[in-house]
This record gives sequence, structure tokens and C-alpha cells, in this order.
Amino acid sequence: MTWTIENVKEGLTAKKISARELVADFYERIEARNAELNAYLALAPERAYAQADKIDALLAAGKPLPALGGVPVAIKDVISTRGTVSTCGSKILQNYVPPYDATAVARLEEAGAIILGKTNCDEFAMGSSNENSAYGPVKNPIALDRVPGGSSGGSAAVVAAGLAVASLGTDTGGSIRQPGALCGIPAMMGSYGRVSRYGLIAFASSLDRIGPLANSVKDVAAVLQTIAGRDSNDSTSTTAPVPVYTEEITKPVKGMRIGIPRDYFAEGMDSGVRDKVEKGIELLKKLGCQPVDIRMPHTDYAIAAYYIIATAEASSNLARYDGVRFGLRVEGDSLIGMYRKTRGAGFGAEVKRRIVLGTYVLSAGYYDAYYLKGQKVRALIARDFREAFQRVDAIVTPTSPIPAFKLGEKTDDPLQMYLADIYTVTGSLAGVPGISVPCGKVCGTLPVGLQLFGPAFGESAILRLAHAFEQAGGAEL
Amino acid sequence: MKISREEVVRVAELAYLELSETELETYRAQIDEILEYIGKLNELDTAHVEPMAQVLTDDQTADATLREDTVVPCGIATEVLKQAPDPEPPFFRVPKVIERSGE
Repeated sequence: MTWTIENVKEGLTAKKISARELVADFYERIEARNAELNAYLALAPERAYAQADKIDALLAAGKPLPALGGVPVAIKDVISTRGTVSTCGSKILQNYVPPYDATAVARLEEAGAIILGKTNCDEFAMGSSNENSAYGPVKNPIALDRVPGGSSGGSAAVVAAGLAVASLGTDTGGSIRQPGALCGIPAMMGSYGRVSRYGLIAFASSLDRIGPLANSVKDVAAVLQTIAGRDSNDSTSTTAPVPVYTEEITKPVKGMRIGIPRDYFAEGMDSGVRDKVEKGIELLKKLGCQPVDIRMPHTDYAIAAYYIIATAEASSNLARYDGVRFGLRVEGDSLIGMYRKTRGAGFGAEVKRRIVLGTYVLSAGYYDAYYLKGQKVRALIARDFREAFQRVDAIVTPTSPIPAFKLGEKTDDPLQMYLADIYTVTGSLAGVPGISVPCGKVCGTLPVGLQLFGPAFGESAILRLAHAFEQAGGAEL
Repeated sequence: MKISREEVVRVAELAYLELSETELETYRAQIDEILEYIGKLNELDTAHVEPMAQVLTDDQTADATLREDTVVPCGIATEVLKQAPDPEPPFFRVPKVIERSGE
């Protein structure tokens, strides 16, 4: 059976199972499957059982359950959890135990959710296959010889494998949506500013977003609802009101205008993926949506702009790992020597590559040619979106040009790996919300994701479309 | 060639990143290929485009402002120091950076 927030709460309220038993049941299944999936890096049983006892006490007192009361969730390892080791998939933070919770984690727990543990990911969220984790790759639960996507590979795998009801991931260039697509579950990043980044261990601060993965769009909506909204600890989180997404999703989609950007359907897409996404668009038409041909002329430049901006910000953010305040220290013959050795030993290949590239594009003599140019092209991409949203309510694209690929297939060629982010990075640069929803399978088993972008703070529209799409059988196309 | 071995060495020094000989050459070649690809941005005339330095637009940032600068209880200094590789509460200890005269 597929666990949802609703059936967890029903089971608890009807006293079919206690929260403590539910947690034990999840840990038993995690114990049985995690060795092969490698999806959880750390478990937090003490914290989980303490929360379960609180939920059981509420139930015993006949009190109503809060929004996520008793719902077992998993947290990506780049998100701080007080008292539970948070490695970011890196050796440099192997023993790091955050002294505080990220706001998103605190809000989930306040809403009654039970935090089971931390999920594997590409080191510092840098990667599209989860193969850049210092703790080994995650396997896709649908096909164990294939990647789950990345960087939130663990967060997608645990939900798809029934080892959590929902999870938090982070998305910088597609890291929630792409693993959601490759593992066959809905996955969403809200607008930049929608969810507080306080406690998110930074990769690229102008791009990073925390968001939910779950087994249904309704659950994605419920988790987003819980974590969204202004937080005084993150000056980029906005006071824009948070709609009741769980109600918004039930509104009709008939007459909604969906933009189909021709530029996204150019070369490079797997023919099976193309076929499914076209069927997906047909399904949206059947639901009464009105397709509109649109142009997003700067799409082809998004990857280049993204890998300038993201690496530049990463090189700056990752300067903090110096062996002084937290994490690994490797002694050297001087302070600088200690920094160099610590960083050389603590970071993995992809992270080092990005630090070198990011430092280079920011360095004297290259700043204008690369970083400034990247920011200007980013402005053009954001403009493509603004102009499109004057004519349409949402934009429909594939999430990934290819389904889940074989482990090891792309590890030797970073550029080829980057190019697979083509459909997701555009919305990341523009700051708009995006959701991936299952849209059929290719080769019989491999899920395809349909991506919907909405205007900034227009999460309701794409949640509504994704929900209608899912309810109409989108996953079975 | 977009980036030379010397430039990778210089950048790694700027980033305080120790790289092995093999890493230097591997990253140089890979970054060279990435920079070659990034070069396609020059197809776009951006002379009159304002760089996008932040994501939120003016009307969105109006509410995303700094909080009041007030002191609030925190009390996690001990826990923070516990995470340091070489703490000497209330300090972080680092290798000596200033040589005394005569040493």
C-alpha cells in the first residue's frame, strides 16, 4: 500500500495503529531495504519516538491531530537537524552535528510530522545522479542498476520505496524535480522566497530552495503549506500570504492556459520521453486546458549561465570549510597549509571542480566575461518567463530529457551530466515555482516526469494542474 | 584552450584548495570543455541588459527585509564549540599565524 498523509492520520485516529508502532514499522522496513538502496545516511530514532509519543498522547487525550500529525518524513542531509549528524554527503562534514534545526524542519515537527532520519544526496547538493555522495550512490528503487536522480536522490528514493511518507529535498538547478521524475513521484520547488532557507547548508544562495517530495500532489501541497511563509531568520523569505494549497488544488482547471515552449522540444530529448510528455499535454487538453504556443528564446543559454552563477556562489559559500569551526581538519605546516590540506582532503571531485570553476569565473580579469555575463543572461531568461506568463497560467515541459540512466553511465563526463539539467535550470534561474508530476513510463518501468512552471508565487496554479493531471491518470499514460 | 594549467594552479591557490597533479590535469581538461561550452553566451548581445543580481523583484523585496536588530536568547555557544576540531572554550584554536620576534 502507498502511505499518504491522509491514510496515516486515518489509521492513527481510528486507533488501528499507534504512532509508536507506525515509527517502528517504518524503521523495520528501512532496516530491511536501506542496505541495498543506500538512501538514508542517518536515522534519528530517539527524536522520532519522542515525537511519536507526543502524537500518541494527543490521541489518548482525544485531541485532534495537527496537519501532519504522526506523518513519518525524511530530511535531505544538507538541511540542518539539531542533534542528528548532517554531512551534506561530504567527508568534510562527516561528524558534524548541527546545534539547531532548519526552519523547515522545525515547522514540520511543530505540525506533528515525525522525522525519521537524513537522506543521502550528492555532495553539497552538486550533481544530477546522487553518484557524487562521499557515502556512495543511492539506487533507484524502481531499477536498482539505475540512478535515482540527484541531488535529492535519497529523498526521492525513500518516498518511492515507502520508507517515508514525504521528504524534504533541495533544488538549486533541478535537484528536487529531476529525482522526483526519475523515481516516479511528485516533487516541487516553490518560488524563491517561498520557503525559508534558514538552516539549509548553502550551495548557491540565489538559487537554493527547500521543497517537498511525496506520493501524491495533495501531500506535496500539504508539506509545502507547512514549511512556507516568512521567517525572520531568512531575509529573502517573503511575507507574501501562503494560500491554503490543499484547498487550491481542488479548484477546476478548465480554461487554464498552458504554454508549450517550442524551444524545450528541440533536439536532445529521448523519443520515449517526448512521446509521454506529448500524451501528457493531450491529457491536459482533455481536462479543458487551453494550449498556447510560446517562445522562450534564451532557453538554450540556461545551462551555461547556470553553471557560472551556481559555481561562483558555491566557491564563495564553501569557503567556510576551513578546518576551524566545524568538520574535518587536516594539519598542515601553517594556517594556510591547514586550510589547503583540509579542503583538498575533505571535498570530493565534483565539489573541487566547481570550486575551481567558480573561483575562476569570479577572479580578476574574468569577472566581466563570465560572472557578469551570466547574470545578464539570467536576466534574459527571467524575462522570457515574465513575458510568457502574460499569456499563460503555466508552462509545460518535460522534467528531464532522459529517464533514469545506469549507474556509472555519465560519471566521466561532467559536461554531459550538466546538459541533462536543461529543462529544470531555467526556472531555477528565473526564481519561479516548478513541480514534476509522473507522466507515464518508458521501457515498461522507467518513470517520466512532466514539469509545470508557474509565475512567481503562483504555486496554486501548478499544484492545481498537477493534481488534476494525477487524478486523471497521468502516471499511467 | 580556454584555461591553462598555470591558471588552475593560481585559482586553486586563491581557493586554498590542495590539488594533486592528476587532479590539476583532469580538472583543467574538464573545466576547459565546460568553458568552451559556456562561450556560447557570447552569441547574445547583452550590452544593454541589466545583470540580475537578486531574484526577488522590488515589490517582492519590500516585505523581505531585515528583521529588527535585537538581541535574542541563543545559548548554543557550547554546542557550537563542540563541533570544532580543536576548541579551547570559548575560542577556536588554529595553527600559529603570528611569529614572535626572536623565534
